[in-house]
Amino acid sequence: MSNTLDSTAGPQGAEVTTMTLTMHRVSSWLKSPRPYLMLIGFAAVLGFWFLSVEIWKLPRFVDMPGPTEVFSEWFSKDPYYGLSIYTPEYYKHIGISLRRIGFAFLLATGLGVPLGLFLGWSKSFREYIFPLFEVLRPIPVLAWVPLAIIMFAGSETPVIFLTFLASFFATTLNTMLGVESIDESYSRAARCLGANRWQTFRHVVVPGAMPYIFTGLQISIGVAWFSLVAGEMVSGQYGLGYLINTAYMMIEYPKIIIGMITLGIVGYSTSALVRLLGDYLMQWRVRELALGDN
Amino acid sequence: MSAVLDRPATDIVTEGAIRIDDVVKIYDPDGAAVMAVDHCSIDIPAGEICMIVGPSGCGKTTLLNAIAGFHGITSGSIHLDGELLCGPGQPQAEPGSDRIVVFQNGALFPWKTNLDNIAFGPMMAGKLSKQEIYDKARAMMADAGLSGTENNFPGEVSSGLRRRVEIVRALMNDPKVLLFDEPYRALDSLTKSVMHEALLEIYYRNKVTIFFITHDLEEAIFLGHRLVIMSSRPCKPKKIVEVDIPHPRDYSVLTSPRFREIMNEAKGVVHEEAQKAFDAGEKEG
Repeated sequence: MSNTLDSTAGPQGAEVTTMTLTMHRVSSWLKSPRPYLMLIGFAAVLGFWFLSVEIWKLPRFVDMPGPTEVFSEWFSKDPYYGLSIYTPEYYKHIGISLRRIGFAFLLATGLGVPLGLFLGWSKSFREYIFPLFEVLRPIPVLAWVPLAIIMFAGSETPVIFLTFLASFFATTLNTMLGVESIDESYSRAARCLGANRWQTFRHVVVPGAMPYIFTGLQISIGVAWFSLVAGEMVSGQYGLGYLINTAYMMIEYPKIIIGMITLGIVGYSTSALVRLLGDYLMQWRVRELALGDN
Repeated sequence: MSAVLDRPATDIVTEGAIRIDDVVKIYDPDGAAVMAVDHCSIDIPAGEICMIVGPSGCGKTTLLNAIAGFHGITSGSIHLDGELLCGPGQPQAEPGSDRIVVFQNGALFPWKTNLDNIAFGPMMAGKLSKQEIYDKARAMMADAGLSGTENNFPGEVSSGLRRRVEIVRALMNDPKVLLFDEPYRALDSLTKSVMHEALLEIYYRNKVTIFFITHDLEEAIFLGHRLVIMSSRPCKPKKIVEVDIPHPRDYSVLTSPRFREIMNEAKGVVHEEAQKAFDAGEKEG
């Protein structure tokens, strides 16, 4: 990583704002071969799907809906199976899944980050909690399904609980590792400069753990979608997981693919949002990396 | 070694005298006691630049950590201006802004701008208003030639500049003592020479006592009023070398005959200790 002020290729340190930095990134991305390689990647997969289903009609692909069928259904004003970007039902599925994700993710972050900070900070607190935590953490979300349905009333709370669970473990663990990763010199420097224990926590431990916290949140939002779909397949009334599962039962195969692609797009968007929030809160890191990249 | 030495550069400084008296530090990992510091006594008058020279891993940093309050000591005592920092009844000193460490790898908070880093100490103390603190911080940055980098994060500026910001951050708190733990170790020799002159310039403007650990003899003689050459583990003063080259100094003293003489005097002792440390297979520490 170059740390000099006069690195000519990168934006100059003093005048860097979030906006110019974003513009700089976008323009250098467009100048690089990366977007075109990305397009080739998408085209290759779509092409293989098209050829194997609609042209070659490979034996195991007989029941698969081809891209023509899926996309014409998805963008149809009068969809054959009743689901397209013009039907309110489509947005209801997305909206309900998003609401569950939002709720579970906020809950997991709100509980996981403070818990992780204290686990990393206080050795004795860790002695109480961490072994229990390590035993619960490897239990797969699917194993929690029956208990979630027994414990929580209705169809909504079990799904949110399942979604919350994996997120919570990922966030807590990464936050704790983040606190442990902080160079001891920083806390020592803070003590030297007269900070008390609480001030050290506020000004060193929290910002120092931030990069790991956001790595944790990235993982967290990913596993949240994973567990959400698992939860929606067994319980729940609406949602993208429910959509895929019922479409399978009703033999409405194009709807499965629409649900899957939608999950991909919405899931990617939520994790991009988390990344943007992280960049916003960690300007120091963005700028260091921006200088280092060029 | 108890006589307080009179020096032109130190006579206006009244605070910051360190008295290290018969300090012993024994580490006890797994019951196998390791003596890091062995009955070590050093008297540093207020305002002196005292260079602690020794091979890597000889236990110099242990001594620094004891003064800063990061570690306790096993026996002996350390006083600052006659007040007990650590000793009988107080095994570990309380860290405080009268003794500030400049760390080996630098410890500017990467998540705070240079200006916020420099304002950190007074902001924590909360005795002055934010306006007063930031005005002072800006003025001190300007004095140290750091104008224009106020809103940069430490990761955006050169490592030489970062070291200067760190020293200014320490000086913001009007410390009595600055403790340097081989801060220029990772710098190349050209940057180092610039940093040495910058440090002396800052020192001439803000006279404080400087306790400076190094294994670089040239650095030690160029900066110091006095060299305390330490023996290899356990750490103990082996030889005191007075550097009678008058301050203010600049880089021309490096080629002066007196510099060479002092270098020759010190070199033999240092080399002998380095050889001993090497033979004992000491690791960095």
